[in-house]
Amino acid sequence: MDSEAMTTVPGRSGPPGRLELQRTPRPLGGAVGAGSPAVGEVLAEVGRSEADLRRFLHGLPGVDQVGAEARAASLATRSIKTSSKLWGLEMAVRMIDLTTLEGADTPGKVMSLCAKARRPDPADAAVPPVAAVCIYPDLVPVAKRALAGSSVAVASVATAFPSGRASIAVKLADVRDAVVGGADEIDMVIDRGAFLSGRYGLVLEEVQAVKEACGQAHLKVILETGELATYDNVRRASYLAMVGGADFIKTSTGKVSPAATLPVALVMLEAVRDFAGLTGALVGVKVAGGIRSAKDALRYLVIVNETVGEAWLDPSLFRFGASSLLNDLLMQRSKQLSGAYAGREDFSFE
Amino acid sequence: MSKTYRTDQPEHVVWEYSPAPESRSIVHLQSSYGLFIGGAFVEPVDGDSYRTENPATEEVLAEIAAAGLRDVDRAVEVAGRAQKTVWGPMAGAERAKYLFRIARIIQERSRELAVLESLDNGKPIRESRDVDVPLAAAHFFYYAGWADKLEHAGFGPNPAPIGVAGQVIPWNFPLMMAAWKLAPALAAGNTCVLKPATTTPLTALLLAEIIQQADLPPGVVNVLTGAGSVAGAALVAHPGIDKVAFTGSTEVGKDLQRALAGKGKHLTLELGGKAANIVFEDAALDQAIEGIVNGIFFNQGEVCCAGSRLLVQESIADTVVERLKSRLSTLRVGDPLDKNTDLGAINNADQLEKIRSLVEEGEAEGAVRWSPSCALPAHGYWFPPTLFTNVSPSQSIAREEIFGPVLSVLTFRTPEEAVAKANNTTYGLSAGVWTEKGSRILWMAQHLRAGVVWANTFNRFDPTSPFGGYRESGFGREGGRHGLAAYLDV
Repeated sequence: MDSEAMTTVPGRSGPPGRLELQRTPRPLGGAVGAGSPAVGEVLAEVGRSEADLRRFLHGLPGVDQVGAEARAASLATRSIKTSSKLWGLEMAVRMIDLTTLEGADTPGKVMSLCAKARRPDPADAAVPPVAAVCIYPDLVPVAKRALAGSSVAVASVATAFPSGRASIAVKLADVRDAVVGGADEIDMVIDRGAFLSGRYGLVLEEVQAVKEACGQAHLKVILETGELATYDNVRRASYLAMVGGADFIKTSTGKVSPAATLPVALVMLEAVRDFAGLTGALVGVKVAGGIRSAKDALRYLVIVNETVGEAWLDPSLFRFGASSLLNDLLMQRSKQLSGAYAGREDFSFE
Repeated sequence: MSKTYRTDQPEHVVWEYSPAPESRSIVHLQSSYGLFIGGAFVEPVDGDSYRTENPATEEVLAEIAAAGLRDVDRAVEVAGRAQKTVWGPMAGAERAKYLFRIARIIQERSRELAVLESLDNGKPIRESRDVDVPLAAAHFFYYAGWADKLEHAGFGPNPAPIGVAGQVIPWNFPLMMAAWKLAPALAAGNTCVLKPATTTPLTALLLAEIIQQADLPPGVVNVLTGAGSVAGAALVAHPGIDKVAFTGSTEVGKDLQRALAGKGKHLTLELGGKAANIVFEDAALDQAIEGIVNGIFFNQGEVCCAGSRLLVQESIADTVVERLKSRLSTLRVGDPLDKNTDLGAINNADQLEKIRSLVEEGEAEGAVRWSPSCALPAHGYWFPPTLFTNVSPSQSIAREEIFGPVLSVLTFRTPEEAVAKANNTTYGLSAGVWTEKGSRILWMAQHLRAGVVWANTFNRFDPTSPFGGYRESGFGREGGRHGLAAYLDV
């Protein structure tokens, strides 16, 4: 990559754990990575016609299921001990989007979650705050107030989460509602029905429209990989989201099983790595759903470390969508520091 | 390219994994080991011995008995007697019970075996734990199942054992090779005299202990440690040996075949290789990269079927080399007992010297050498992962078996050219094909002269699958139903 191209690479600065809202100017057609100079233009052209888009997505190298799963399983055997474990546990805390997405959510529940997000461990002020709190749109103002003055961002799901089965007008209204309420980040879902029936243009247009409706808010695009079924689809959907302007690509809503898995994360990380090579743009990855133990979180961090490298080992480029994970991270952290396990009741339950 | 985004992040962090060594305490090393003859550990008649060392540190691990001619006589004699009086006449279902028992004890003592294997061989504990030991157990389980079904194996209604097998194995997979040799031989009713490699006797001796623990009748399995030129040569030439099985270098294999010519002994040879790993432009690229890495850096490349020649379609050659380099930079080289180590030590000083001289020859012949920057330990035998580009098929690094972590990258344009180049070797043990096109896989497999063709994977072993070579890679098959043929009088 030449120095001119390098200056267009979005940098990261500012306090860790907080998104820099101006971080990612879309470099499509502008910044060009190490590949051929035409690549940026090619990507800009991708959306021109349905046929172009299909050709592009189906021209991506395939993913061999057995090989991808074997690689993920092999990385899962890494043994993370002592100081590297402590570092990983604290990094994982900083990467959490502390989430509640229930029909039964109330302002009270959200407020207590926000308090936990600001100060995860009541017994230890040294524990950093999490990255964000993730909630439904109508509760955004509540969270915004509760998190005022902190580094914790407010993330809202939108676009008729989790199914995405609504008209584009309704989806955009949903997004605007969350943005007006003060959401810093929007977690949208793609139209899996459109994707699986091969209407890639529709998926792309929706991502682009939502990106526009987001304004300054960061956009995370949920692929719902459990419904895409194949890793080839995961890679294609990742590119669609990135071309459409995603700041993050996210595995799952958490409402569909299977949710995040190690091989899916691997395939998505390979996609953001390749996309950075093509365009210079750094897109983040969020894994969500079913990640409950510190051990699982460390396994994801190992895959990040060995697939895309340390640049992504930062809350601005990797997130965990989780709730119960946080307490296990805190418990393992205090075990690392004190040598003994604390009890379950030593950590707060929201 | 991959580094450039980091330039504007002054506070970027590197997540270095802390050491995670597997404990050595599970292994109880004795200061000296005898020969395993007639179900007991005995001193060699001449009292000779040598030392085996840890190739990662050059620390002496133990004093090992060196079998002489009289020890070979003794072992072959007890093996012959055990075959005629106990093991041969025993019902297959009874033999199976012993084999199942050995398999289970291998599983029970798997950590001990894995640590000992890494200590003596230098391979990463991740591999000895996840590959060598489980496969060794799997071979015993698999052939235990055959022991009472030999008449259904397709070798006639009444297949008989051959007699006493003399088995000489290499240092690259010491325990696994012992299992590959012993399990089918025993299932078929033969008795065995096993000669482990000089530099890696310890897991074979631990296996002998396991065999004792399993109450295998005395003399059915005997283990003779010592030099190949003395114990190995005497064993295979011994008139009491009916069947010789050898895995090792092509050079020794040829000598052995010459020596046995006209002696009426059954012989199987599993020798060297210079496998082609062929990557087409439509391959699943990320998995192909992993497959290439696994193909040549698994077990430090000390694998007879290693994918040491990468044949990559010209249209993607630059991309593949660039990706390979960035992947190789993440390989962790060092302490074999560290659970995060990807690449361990080279097994012995002679082998390291051979690798060095072939690599220097490659450079002198004009190939371009590349290795990631990685600090190698001060003691022990180490060689960094190495990639050669600009390799032409006439160069020695493209023709000779290096048996080390050294990959030569060559290119091709069409499937026909890929086949011609892949087959352009005196060997023929294995090959790999990477493509998303199923019909091409089948076409390639038909045209490649290699005993094993892997499609979209590499270095995958399974006891149910026959393994063996063509031409200078040897003859005979190990594994699967075919593996029984080598040990049955058919």
